[in-house]
Amino acid sequence: MTDPLTIAGTTLASRLFVGTAGYPNQQMLLDCLETSGTELVTVSIRRISLEGYAESLVDLLEGRYRLLPNTAGCVTARDAILTAELAREALQTDWVKLELIGDRETLYPDVEQLVHAADQLVRSGFTVLPYCNEDPVACQKLADVGCAAVMPLGSLIGSGGGIANPAAIELVCSRSPVPVVLDAGIGTASDAALAMELGCDAVLVNTAIAKSHDPQRMAAAMRAGVEAGRLARLAGRIPKRRFAEPSSPQLGLVST
Amino acid sequence: MTERATMIRLRINGVEDEVGASTLAELLKHQGIDLQARFLAVAVNGAVIRRADWLAHPLSPGDEVEIVRPLQGG
Repeated sequence: MTDPLTIAGTTLASRLFVGTAGYPNQQMLLDCLETSGTELVTVSIRRISLEGYAESLVDLLEGRYRLLPNTAGCVTARDAILTAELAREALQTDWVKLELIGDRETLYPDVEQLVHAADQLVRSGFTVLPYCNEDPVACQKLADVGCAAVMPLGSLIGSGGGIANPAAIELVCSRSPVPVVLDAGIGTASDAALAMELGCDAVLVNTAIAKSHDPQRMAAAMRAGVEAGRLARLAGRIPKRRFAEPSSPQLGLVST
Repeated sequence: MTERATMIRLRINGVEDEVGASTLAELLKHQGIDLQARFLAVAVNGAVIRRADWLAHPLSPGDEVEIVRPLQGG
């Protein structure tokens, strides 16, 4: 069964996006990406070390995955926009995962600046995927300025806290005119499955794989979780009932 | 005796330095950066300078230069 996701005209067969940070080593990262089945991976843009630089991570990823540069850590629209422009030059991609951090402790998005920066970047021809609050109004504003998708947080970045507010994620999904990618907070495969069941179009996972005891096995689990959640969403869950409903037929019950 | 480039004070990736470079390409070479290296991007004073313009782009005292590349990220 094919069930591709389309963002800004680009079709992706896998609904699992994977971050590339924090793996025990580079080979483990490559193995995890392979196992996850992902087609879209995130990278950061950082100042080079002036003492010299080694083989770029991107040399290993290029041609195998679509790269989604982020603006992680940026706290001003100005820095985020410049980082996006540098990413476009470095990677020759218009896609950017726009992060604008409003608080260093929680890494919560600064929605006011985020909408402003997204607007500017869309006008400059970028395909913008903003990391944002699980807030239907913020997500609507981001879609209104032309973002290609929205990426609401499940819980705090790197926290593994799962989906703290499933009702809000479900609400965002039910109202969003653009694809919804759950970003941040996934801790294990059931979180990824839940995100998909709530109606998310895709899930972005990094730390939950990279910091797992067995990253490659967790990459497989995330892949299965996303697929299971998506299938369940398409199939449709049964309504919740207050009381039991026997599943075996009542007719012909043995009775003494 | 070869003519020495005039020393100018720049801010390179957030660090003040005085270098003998009059163009962006000269600066990058001075920093030991291979001009052919892929996936590099450079901005001067908040504006990206395309690779094709590195050779000609003049530097002025006080310029703020950012030299970046992609790294691991989430």
